[in-house]
Amino acid sequence: MDFYAIQEKNKRRTIFLIMVFTAILAFLGYILDFYYFNNHFPFMTILAIFIGGFQAFIGYMAGDKMVLHSVKARPANPEDLKEKQLINVVEELSIAAGLPTPRIYVMDDPSPNAFATGRDPEHASVCATTGLLNMMNREELQGVMAHELTHVRERDILTMTMVAALAGAIGILAAISRNLVYFGSGRRRRSRDSEGGSAGLIIFIIYIVLAILAPIIARLLALAVSRAREYAADAGSAELTRNPLALASALRKIAGAPPMKHVNHGVAHLFISEPYKKRITEKDSLWANLWATHPPIHKRIALLEQMAHKYS
Amino acid sequence: MIWFLLAVGAAVLYLIYIYNSLVKLRIRVKNAWSQIDVQLKRRHDLIPNLVNTVKGYAKHEKELFETIAKYRAQAQNAKSMREIGESEGHLSEAMQKLIAVVENYPELKANENFLQLQEELVSTENKIAFARQFYNDMVMKYNTKIQSFPSNIIANMFNFKKAEFLLFPGERENVVVNF
Repeated sequence: MDFYAIQEKNKRRTIFLIMVFTAILAFLGYILDFYYFNNHFPFMTILAIFIGGFQAFIGYMAGDKMVLHSVKARPANPEDLKEKQLINVVEELSIAAGLPTPRIYVMDDPSPNAFATGRDPEHASVCATTGLLNMMNREELQGVMAHELTHVRERDILTMTMVAALAGAIGILAAISRNLVYFGSGRRRRSRDSEGGSAGLIIFIIYIVLAILAPIIARLLALAVSRAREYAADAGSAELTRNPLALASALRKIAGAPPMKHVNHGVAHLFISEPYKKRITEKDSLWANLWATHPPIHKRIALLEQMAHKYS
Repeated sequence: MIWFLLAVGAAVLYLIYIYNSLVKLRIRVKNAWSQIDVQLKRRHDLIPNLVNTVKGYAKHEKELFETIAKYRAQAQNAKSMREIGESEGHLSEAMQKLIAVVENYPELKANENFLQLQEELVSTENKIAFARQFYNDMVMKYNTKIQSFPSNIIANMFNFKKAEFLLFPGERENVVVNF
């Protein structure tokens, strides 16, 4: 597969996952509003979307500052040769991608890693660890930063914000539903059930199961979106640099390095590689994969090598 | 009557839309060009400093330094797009050679000043390559739009001219498409 095909595939996957999110939200909201509250206007659903959206919106507007602050990032220093190289590489890639140059930060950590944040290309920041600058050669650094710039170009932060908003709304609706089911107020429900017959009963069972499992399902969907974005960003990096092997070699070095020290759980998914190096991320089983923010690194390397093969 | 007016109105709106998208593309081409221009100037400024530093160590590369000086002078006086492409293209080749040649002089690697210059050199060359790629992409988009129906009618009416690719020696326009 070439990088365009991989990007397309992961774009489709992202759209599909967001549609599943929306379908769950609509289903929970529909039952809640029309069967429990007998509203003709989906008041609760809109309220839930509003609250979920508001939380996500704050993260969207101020998220970059919070993240950069939490990892103690500082602006890259052009006097330092290594950091100057980082600045140069990011400037080069911004030209290649036709993007404004993002703000460039460095964080002190011996483990090689990097992330991008910011709500749109005009407000984007990229950050590399000192470990990354010390361990990578110029080409590998280019591969890693091209991956980050692809996140910026594809507006992945916006996508993840949307996912967070939908997950938040589903969580709220599910919580209301659970309370209603546990604590009665079933008058309305019973009368509707007898009208709907067995089909109504099945829908009601699905509804209860969804209400209980919703937070977990929402989390799993969000993780799936995150993994799809990682694959797409790897392909985007290959497209920008025309050098997938450099990123593959960088990922191999990252895989062999010790985990990062002080990384807050809220920002872990932003990094190019899962910063805690949890063993579960590297397992191949479907079950292990479901719970990982990132695809297994050896799979990403294999895909990049496949791209290089196709490209040469 | 009212349908006729609606049709005319829709047609006018469509024309305005095409006109605006042509203007937008033309501005993009211009911006992409100024991006290259900045990088080429940087290259011209960087060369004397770099050559002076390397000269002291790499005494056997006299020929290369002369080539660089020659094409730099040509590039600075180039007016037309063809002249610019010609001289800058040769200069690009020479600079790539220089990047390769300095690897043979380990004493240079110990010179902090040189390491900084080398990083600037590599970066500027990359920026020129990427900026040229981006510019030629934009030119291709713009030229395609000008020549394809129905936007070609508007383009002719308001005198939108084809933009020129920045081609290095040995390249032809249809090669640039697959860049």
